Amino acid sequence: MAIADLANPTHFLKFANRAIPVLGGLASIAFAFGINQAINSPDDYQQGATVKIMYLHVPGAWLGMLGWGVMTVAALGTLVWRHPLADVAAKAAAPIGAAFTLMCLVTGSLWGRPMWGTYWVWDARLTSVLLLFLLYLGVIALWRTVEDPSRAARAAAVLTLVGAVDLPIIKFSVDWWNTLHQPASVFRMGGPTIDPALLVPLFVMTTAFTLAFFAFLLAAMRNEILRRRVRTLQLMQAGAVS
Amino acid sequence: MEAATHTGFIVAAYAFAFGVVGGLTAWVMADYRAQLRKLTALEKRGIVRRSAPPAGTIEQAKENA
Repeated sequence: MAIADLANPTHFLKFANRAIPVLGGLASIAFAFGINQAINSPDDYQQGATVKIMYLHVPGAWLGMLGWGVMTVAALGTLVWRHPLADVAAKAAAPIGAAFTLMCLVTGSLWGRPMWGTYWVWDARLTSVLLLFLLYLGVIALWRTVEDPSRAARAAAVLTLVGAVDLPIIKFSVDWWNTLHQPASVFRMGGPTIDPALLVPLFVMTTAFTLAFFAFLLAAMRNEILRRRVRTLQLMQAGAVS
Repeated sequence: MEAATHTGFIVAAYAFAFGVVGGLTAWVMADYRAQLRKLTALEKRGIVRRSAPPAGTIEQAKENA
């Protein structure tokens, strides 16, 4: 099956039915391996055992941003090519991205309390991630408010493209402003500053969460395609009755 | 003493993260079953798409879910 064939919802469903268990299985294996590595990884010389929260916080941040990135590409698909599968991808990614952004915020807060002495500060990094979470909620609310899926898709696509401005702000907030949040230590020019003993578990856990993210995304897209089929049939039924 | 104090934060973070993964898993699975149930009900009433698969395909997918 060519990649272009996946644009056909029926072909996409066949692909999703095969890919979801594979991705789910790989994610489970990666989680088992990653949690074992996280438990056995050494404590940080300054942060002690709380560094283990990093193995959740960093994947949460990455997937929160990836989710909006997926939605941004899908928004272009909606507005430029008017492709229905782009609408489906955008709608499916929103709750998943929101969940991982919330995970980033909560785990960051639980990490911040023992290390910074506070659960929350209004610094640029934390505030821009909170804004991303609120944008997710806005897009989800928009999808639920507008009944016609194609109209909802166009409105959500515009909001998604506007909200994409927040992604570079999140990434560079620690460079542009003086923040309590530490500067970049993984994705930075000159390579990561983290010791491999902590970097390897972080990589494995990030891989596990990313595999889970794509399994959830495909599953949610499959559900959305089925929901649209149900809607079409219900409209056919209503038309036949009236 | 310090490590013991921080254990609560670490456990809470892991519990929340795996709650998120578990919650998403439960959500997609429950939604899938709900959509298949609705499609089956419509199929039984004879309401099918022109390009629909042969009758009973959705029922089969439901059993596999």
